[in-house]
Parts: sequence; C-alpha cells; structure tokens
Amino acid sequence: MKRCKAEECFFKALMIGSTVAILGSLVLILATVVWRGLPALNLAMLTQTPKGGYYLGKEGGILNAIVGSLFLALGATVLALIASLPIAMYLNLYAARSRQAELARLALDVLWGVPSIVYGAVGFTIMLWLGVRASLLGGIIALALLELPIMARGMDEAIAMIPCALKEASYALGATRLETAWKVVVRQTAPALLTAALLAFGRGIGDAASVLFTAGYTDRLPNSLLGPVASLPLAVFFQLGTPFPAVKERAYASALVLTAIVLGISLISRRLAGRLTEHVIR
Amino acid sequence: MVQPHIQIKGLNVWYGAHHALKDVTADIPARGITAIIGPSGCGKSTLLKSLNRLLEETDGVQVTGQVLLDGEDIYQPGMDVTEVRTRVGLLAPKPFPLPMSIYDNVAYGPRIHRRHNGTDLNTVVESHLLEAGLWEEVNDRLRTPASQLSTGQQQRLCLARALAVQPEALLCDEPTSALDPISAQRIEKQLQTLKEKMTIVVVTHLLRQARRLADHVIFLWLGELVESGPAAQVFGVPRDERTRAYLAGDIG
Repeated sequence: MKRCKAEECFFKALMIGSTVAILGSLVLILATVVWRGLPALNLAMLTQTPKGGYYLGKEGGILNAIVGSLFLALGATVLALIASLPIAMYLNLYAARSRQAELARLALDVLWGVPSIVYGAVGFTIMLWLGVRASLLGGIIALALLELPIMARGMDEAIAMIPCALKEASYALGATRLETAWKVVVRQTAPALLTAALLAFGRGIGDAASVLFTAGYTDRLPNSLLGPVASLPLAVFFQLGTPFPAVKERAYASALVLTAIVLGISLISRRLAGRLTEHVIR
Repeated sequence: MVQPHIQIKGLNVWYGAHHALKDVTADIPARGITAIIGPSGCGKSTLLKSLNRLLEETDGVQVTGQVLLDGEDIYQPGMDVTEVRTRVGLLAPKPFPLPMSIYDNVAYGPRIHRRHNGTDLNTVVESHLLEAGLWEEVNDRLRTPASQLSTGQQQRLCLARALAVQPEALLCDEPTSALDPISAQRIEKQLQTLKEKMTIVVVTHLLRQARRLADHVIFLWLGELVESGPAAQVFGVPRDERTRAYLAGDIG
C-alpha cells in the first residue's frame, strides 16, 4: 500500500515535471522572440519590401518574405495533401496489413527522418539537371516532399484508429471502398486529418534548409512560379548573420512574424476542427 | 417445393489455421425469421457474415463452398460484392451510426446507389424512419448528428439505414445485445413486422429471444451444423441429442 503510494507520487511528479518543462520551453521561446522582436516590429516591416541598404539597417520591410513563405508553405501543403490523403486511404482500406503497406510505411518513416537540407540538395540537383533556376515552384516541390511523410503518416495513424465496425457498416450498405473512404472515413477523421495537415504546414513554413537552394531569395514580391522567392526562415537567417545590431533586431521581429503566422493558423484550424468533431462517432 | 431464398452448400470457413465453419449446409426460406442459435464461439456470426460476404473484410479469412441467393452463387467469380450487400443488409450488434446527420445516415444507401433525389429522398428517409419506429422521436431534428442519439435510438437508426437500401434479406447479428430491455423489445417488434416482406436472419445467444422470434432455426455447435428446420420442430422435438441438451440448458 505504502509502496504503491510512493510510486504514484513519483510518477505524478514526473508527469508534472515534464509538463512544466515543455510549457516552460514554449514560454521561453515565445518570450525571447517577443522581447527581442517586438521593439523592432513596425508597420513598415510588414507592409514594405526591402529598400536599398535594408540589410545595412536602412528602410524597408520583409513583406517579400511574408508573402513568399505563405505561398511556399500553402502551395507545398496543398501539393502534399493531394498525395497524402490517397496514400493514407490506400494503406488502410485497400492494402491493409499487406507487405506493400508495411514497406510504404517504412519508407515514409525513413523519409520523415531525412534532414531537410538533404531534400534541398536533392531538389537542387534535380533542378540543375532539368535546367531550372531556384524558383517558387522548385521551393514548393521541395517543401511538399518534406511535408509528405509527416502528413501521410499522420493521416495514416488517424485512419488506422477507425473502428472496423464503422467501415463494415458502410460496406454492409453496399458502398465501395472509395465511397466509404470519401463519405465515411474522411468525415470520421476530419479533425485528425486537419491536424496532420497543420503539423506538416508548420514544419514546411519554418524550414530554411530545403528552400535555400530550391527557392532562392529575392527582395521582390513573388510574381511567377518560375522566379525566385523569399521566405521568412531565410530572412531570419540572413538578418541574424549581419554585424549590425539594428538588423539583428529585425531578425527577431521576422521570427516573431513567423511564429505569429503559425500560431494564427493553429488557432483557426483548432476552431475549424471543433466544428468538424460534431459528427464524429465515438 | 418452393426454392429457399438462401441456400448454404458445403460452406467452410477458416480464420488462418482455425476451422471455424465445417461443411455447413442449410436452407433459409423466403420471408419469416430464421434464428441461428448456439453457444458463444460456435460460428454463428461467421455464418451470418458469410451470407453478404462481409466476412472477407476480416484478415486471413478463407471461404469455400457456396451460398446461393435465389439460386445464384454469391461466391462465384465475377460476382459484384456491392450488389450482394445491397440485396442482403446487415444490422450489427453494436450500433455504429455513420459520422453524419440522422437524415444523411438514412439517405446514405439511396444516395450511393443513385436511386433517389431531392424531395423523393425526403419521402424515402421519412418512410424508413417510420418503418424502424424512430420517426416520432427524431422528425424535428433530422439534421442533427446521429452520434447524439441514445444507443437504442442509434440501433433503430441503423435499422432504418439498412432498410433504406431496400434489401431482400436482412441479417441481424445479436441486434439487441447492446440495448436496454425496452429498446430491445422495440427492435424485436420491428423485426416481427418486417418478416412479412423480407427474409430475416437473426443470430442470438438468447434462447428465449429465439423462441419468441424464430420461424426457422439453425443450431450450430463448435462450427458444425447440428440441426436446422422449422422452429416448432427444432424446439419441440429436437432430433439430435446435442440440440436437446442445449435447449434444456445442460450444455453451452
């Protein structure tokens, strides 16, 4: 009895400790970014592209990177979604517990672990080979490849959790696998699918290494799929690398903008997910 | 002699190495209620799910033999599985509404089979909810999520949903096992009305339920068919010693 109680206390302390550590890190990160970035943040930064001498501390903003990052991450997320959902459906409804499915899952897990600079390098090699310059399209494709395993496995796990009886209920009404996938499985897992897409989006918008060579960087707003495009992570990277304190402060302001975008999209999709859960069968 | 609606001929089922159904041969007459009885794990649900080919959704299942629906083998190569399941519906032990509104649950079948549209569909939904005895309770909230209904209501919704596909036969796998006695009684009542126009097969481990409902009985024992025939005969003058012992409560 006494030993049980001590054990209980120990593990409770462990859980509380872990929770505090995680929340503490989050607060620390947010506080640093806000504390260092907020003073440098102004309307001009959000509404202007860099003017001459911006990186020396003169006028301008990071609108090019904000727009660029949104284009890159949204494009990549849509592209990854188009591939991920069918993959997850196939793994669970068509090839459930088959050798191919296990191999596909293994491949996705390996891809998940591949560092993003490798995606960038591979993308760059292919682009050289095709004779394509660093561009919005190249960046979107590289990011989509980076997001794909995260999204596909996230959706795969969510769909695997569906009770067998629910799928059978649909089959028993004479529905095909495809009808069951689109009409039942998607509705049942909608909140989890959204979370998987969001996770991938967060990973995509915050990644610097894979867009370094594939998307390039420019001080202008993106105006073509085939032209180079700026991105927030690289904006942070370049500004932090200058010797000027004022520009370094702007790097933190850019990081703050990036964090705010991710946070904003998380909050919006949480509300959306809340609305999607009303039909979910438990 | 009238042809039975469903004829099971030499049906064998294996789950991996486990031989779950051993050479089962039985007839299920058109209309009326046929009860499949026997102790737990004797293959009742396996036999039931083999009648609409839902069994093959389970991993590692192997089926040999024939199941004739109006004389046509549903296991013959080239047979359309979805057509079989459209003709033979299923009511599962635990109600699983689809993740959509009450209305959409009932309209699911008619919609995927493209049978109805618009106002016509409204009539279809209403008539089948009436048939399942649920209309009175839900007619003012058809657009609310089906998950908000009570378990008893959900089971009647599942019944309405199955009926909306207009099957010739309805398979019921312990349809009242998850329900309270009053909901169970309502389901039994609906089945007794429905048997006038369709073939109903009920799996039950409740002997009293089988006695109340059945017109015909199939008795399974450890994967073997021991006895089948009209309810009066099987319950009244069982031919096999095991049937007699099971009915008396000595075994199982």
